[in-house]
Amino acid sequence: MDFKDSDRIPGPRTEDRLPHTAEAAVKIVIVGGFGVGKTTMVGSVSEIRPLTTEETMTQAGIGVDDDFGSASKTATTVAMDFGRISITDELVLYLFGTPGQERFWFLWNGLFEGALGAVVLVDTRRLEVSFDVMGRLEERGVPFVVAVNSFPDAPRYPLPELRTALDLPEEVPILECDVRRRASSRDVLMTLMRFLHALALTGAPV
Amino acid sequence: MTPPQRRRRQPRPQPSASPPAPGAPPPEGEKKNPERLYVIGGGDADGERAELDLVTLIVARADDPPASATPEQAAVLRLCSAPLSVAELSAYLNLPFSVVTVLLTELLTTGLVHARAPIVRQKVADRSLLEAVMHGLQRL
Repeated sequence: MDFKDSDRIPGPRTEDRLPHTAEAAVKIVIVGGFGVGKTTMVGSVSEIRPLTTEETMTQAGIGVDDDFGSASKTATTVAMDFGRISITDELVLYLFGTPGQERFWFLWNGLFEGALGAVVLVDTRRLEVSFDVMGRLEERGVPFVVAVNSFPDAPRYPLPELRTALDLPEEVPILECDVRRRASSRDVLMTLMRFLHALALTGAPV
Repeated sequence: MTPPQRRRRQPRPQPSASPPAPGAPPPEGEKKNPERLYVIGGGDADGERAELDLVTLIVARADDPPASATPEQAAVLRLCSAPLSVAELSAYLNLPFSVVTVLLTELLTTGLVHARAPIVRQKVADRSLLEAVMHGLQRL
């Protein structure tokens, strides 16, 4: 990007600016396989048009990579979509939709630090692509809820059957949603917040 | 048709301080001050690079960039005339997160911007924060 004329750098639209009273921000991360609707969910509840941030990483950081390319490839860029919801004049919530592919998990060190919790979005046509992502969250002790994005042509299972298949502990919420609808995406976030609140009440380390 | 079957995993011990085992008596001196689930983090700029989270809010300290500012710095300062997260800065500048943190570290060191630290998850809850988020979501 050419910074010589920094007046030309597009910034937030006037209506997208945060008030000066904005003091602190929290974040929630939405994870799941490719094409499961993470970006759609971010877009349906965000007050700003979803933005994209990126990070450059080296081959060493990719680690477990398989087919990512020849030995000459030394760096690549990972993009993350995110949106924003103003909670009060002082508090802002950010939603990040992270790539689900294994080779990008190195990023999570930065992404999950301090996140309130996570939403695991699953597609019943490819349930298994979410398995590893859930395991990673469990290993890191990041509390999450499971949201089943209802695609019209996807197989439908009763939620108890899905809970069993996903080996979810009884207290972990699982619900169906349509991430294209704001109200439905909001319900998923509310379910996560109620779960976190319940964890807080029991005082359990999360 | 039966869905494929997953097996849940257990939390791995984290390199940072892990919580004491449930039921174990807390070490002396820790009984009266349980840790909050959320604390205002950051503020530690002793390192080479400031501790910046994706959601740390950055605000410029003056209306106009000083004449000595580089074009990149001037761009950041203009964008931060109102609070803006590091993630948003990265998006608008079209620069990777790590590059933005380097730029911001310079600006923090010279006092041209101020960082409003994010609230990070701790071991025991701050329920009022969670309730505030819930109330905010209900208005969506």
